[in-house]
Amino acid sequence: MARMGRALLVGGAVIAAGILFASLKLNPYVYFAGYVILQYVVIATAWNILGGYGGYVNFGTPAFFAMGAYTAVFLILSLRPPLFVLIVAGGLVAALLGLGIGYLTLRLRGVFFSIATLALSVVLQTIIVNWEFVGGSRGLSVIRPSEPPFGSYVKFLFAVMVALAVLSVLAARFIEQSWIGRGLAALRDNEEAAECMGVPTLRLKLFATTVSGFLLGVAGAPFPYYVTFIEPNSAFALDYAVNALAMPMIGGTTSWVGPVLGAVLLGSAQQVAIVTISSEMNLFIVGVVLVAFVVLAPEGILGLLRRLRGH
Amino acid sequence: MAGPLLEVDGLVKRFGGFTALNGVTLRVRAGERLGLIGPNGSGKTTLINCVSGVLRADAGRIVFDGADVTALPPHRRTRLGIARSFQIPKPFASMTVLDNLGIPLEYAGHARASQGTASVAEILREIGLEAKAHLQPAGLTQIEMRKLELARAMAARPKLLISDEAMAGLSHAEVDDILAILFRLNAQGITIIMIEHIMRAVMRFSERIVVLDAGERIAEGTPDEIVRNPAVEKAYLGE
Amino acid sequence: MFSWELLANAVVAGLLLGGFYAAVSLGIGLIFGLLDIANIAQPAFLVAGAYGSFVLNEAWGVDPIVTGVLLTPVFYLIGAGVYRVYYGSFERRGEESLRGLVFFFGLLFIIEVSLSLKYGVDYRLVQAEYIGRSIEVAGVGVAFRLLIPAVIGVAMTAALYLFLGRTFYGRAIMAVSQDQAALRLMGADPVKIKTIAFGIGIAAASLAGALLITITPVVPSSDREYIGRMFAITVLGGMGSIGGTLVAGVILGVSESLMATFFGPSWAPAVSFGILLLVLAVRPAGLFGR
Repeated sequence: MARMGRALLVGGAVIAAGILFASLKLNPYVYFAGYVILQYVVIATAWNILGGYGGYVNFGTPAFFAMGAYTAVFLILSLRPPLFVLIVAGGLVAALLGLGIGYLTLRLRGVFFSIATLALSVVLQTIIVNWEFVGGSRGLSVIRPSEPPFGSYVKFLFAVMVALAVLSVLAARFIEQSWIGRGLAALRDNEEAAECMGVPTLRLKLFATTVSGFLLGVAGAPFPYYVTFIEPNSAFALDYAVNALAMPMIGGTTSWVGPVLGAVLLGSAQQVAIVTISSEMNLFIVGVVLVAFVVLAPEGILGLLRRLRGH
Repeated sequence: MAGPLLEVDGLVKRFGGFTALNGVTLRVRAGERLGLIGPNGSGKTTLINCVSGVLRADAGRIVFDGADVTALPPHRRTRLGIARSFQIPKPFASMTVLDNLGIPLEYAGHARASQGTASVAEILREIGLEAKAHLQPAGLTQIEMRKLELARAMAARPKLLISDEAMAGLSHAEVDDILAILFRLNAQGITIIMIEHIMRAVMRFSERIVVLDAGERIAEGTPDEIVRNPAVEKAYLGE
Repeated sequence: MFSWELLANAVVAGLLLGGFYAAVSLGIGLIFGLLDIANIAQPAFLVAGAYGSFVLNEAWGVDPIVTGVLLTPVFYLIGAGVYRVYYGSFERRGEESLRGLVFFFGLLFIIEVSLSLKYGVDYRLVQAEYIGRSIEVAGVGVAFRLLIPAVIGVAMTAALYLFLGRTFYGRAIMAVSQDQAALRLMGADPVKIKTIAFGIGIAAASLAGALLITITPVVPSSDREYIGRMFAITVLGGMGSIGGTLVAGVILGVSESLMATFFGPSWAPAVSFGILLLVLAVRPAGLFGR
């Protein structure tokens, strides 16, 4: 338990650093870009809990992210609760989505889960596009709360995202090092053998899908306040689908470090690229990098480092 | 323990139009060494897949240690005390040998009262894999992989251990090695069902042998009786 | 508001659409249904085929169906190449599941974004004299642009069915999906057979792409609508059943057509997704699956 205590301490320190950083008077762009990178830390970490630890590939990240975002929109329009409530609600709705899809498909082969998540985004986007209350296809303006801490709402969101990133990484690390993580690794390596060794594979898979969904929803909940104009194309953006895969793959999928590494590296690179090349070109390059890594360096940067060090 | 440890009653399993098990009935006494033999395709592996829960039978009942397990998923059956090794080893490739054993111990072994070896280190010593404890399965030889399979099943602290062709393709000395391990386990009170094609091993090991052919039980008896049984000879050599 | 005429039109359109959907799903039926390779990039090849047809049609006025046929060898080779990479990187090492899926997703992504970079996001369509014309059959209007692809779809299904049942390579492909050992004894190399099958699957997708752009204009993101449809049809029809693909295609086509007519066209993706989930939940083997 001493390890857990130390991790919490480090996490707390990072959050404190984040708050400090947010109270500085830096170029606002730093906070805009920082928010996106931190958001990807949450997304990549969330994806990896099911994908890296459990071996079940979720192609529908946009669906979960957007569920968090649009749950927040719905609540903002109806009840205007504090941000904290939006985040928890967004997470819970996305968690339910994960549980639902999981329950329907996880008893079958992993490939059917993946196919279902692939089709999920399209369907959910169709539903949102037809839902006038949250803006439909035209989109909706979202008014940020007044008098934010740090003087600017973006800086506040930045600090919030630092906290969410720390919390999600702590959660992933906790799962990874617990009996749940060991069971997930066993079922990832060989599900039939794991089941016969006493591992309750279905329950663990549902757990991972639900937690992963929750964190993805949490990442999406502040999004409406961040962009101030929410519309389906940006909430369901393809970027989320490919980055959620590429970042853990590039960083390394077997530990919590990989997604963080991948999110920081790839996220920063994309922030730079977006101002220099078109966003489509950026996506194209990410796609190529993803394929290159999965073919040539499937264990990611962590795996390469391990090989250089050990053997 | 009054009744049998394992009761299989009228088990039927079909794959599409093909009937792999056609009403197989079997009783295994606690502490027994049972041999299960039969030509290729006779349904042996299908039978133990049904007993371990990997396959759901189409008809019939399976009762283990007095409890009806027919509808239980495999992991629950393992927790109740059924463990098996796989014909083609299925190790957890990303873990060390030590961690491979840790999984069944953590998920099934600890839940059960002490039966046989108490810790992973002891199991490794028992089976002869101590030196390889920190290697990944990729670094093991053929026989070491088979031993790992058995060790994993042992780590679940089973009452019933099903060994599925653990000796296929091994040398004479290696077969004796595995046989010795199984005898030792049985001496500790673990009931063992051995599926094998290596007749010498089955004959030496089994107290009783059941013979399957084309999904049906065609003979049952002591090794001597089986050897002299004409129906068995016909099943193996054909007509 | 309901009328029998509306219903009749919807059903007929659905039936025709079904024939087209069968063509769309043949490739994945072969690759996923028989070879058990979850090639989720298949819809991207469909759209790439559509764009190929557009390019030839726009530049030289070649009839779209003809372009489809002309491009099949090209896509066959592409498919064979893709399989070789997949085999060398994943299948041989026994790591198909996670990484293979990600590989195909990356491919899907790259193809869609490439098309977007090259051709932009405007809708593209083809010109042919029969597009826009229709005939009347028993009081129901049948558009040629739906009829011809449907007929070709049925023909493609029949052709593939005969190929798999009657030719050496066809039977080898059926064998490789069931028993690789027996295949080796036959003297055939499983990798070569799978390469051929994969190539045929991609070629089928490209031909279906030509049909697609005949029916409706396309954009690079059109592939997303077909992910659900392809897999819904393959799963509903039953893995490994070519005839099932046609039946499932028709079921989906009619369902979507009825949905579009009475509830609005934007709900189409929900129909295929709903069918997919329903089949997976109730009877994963599908109608005619093994």
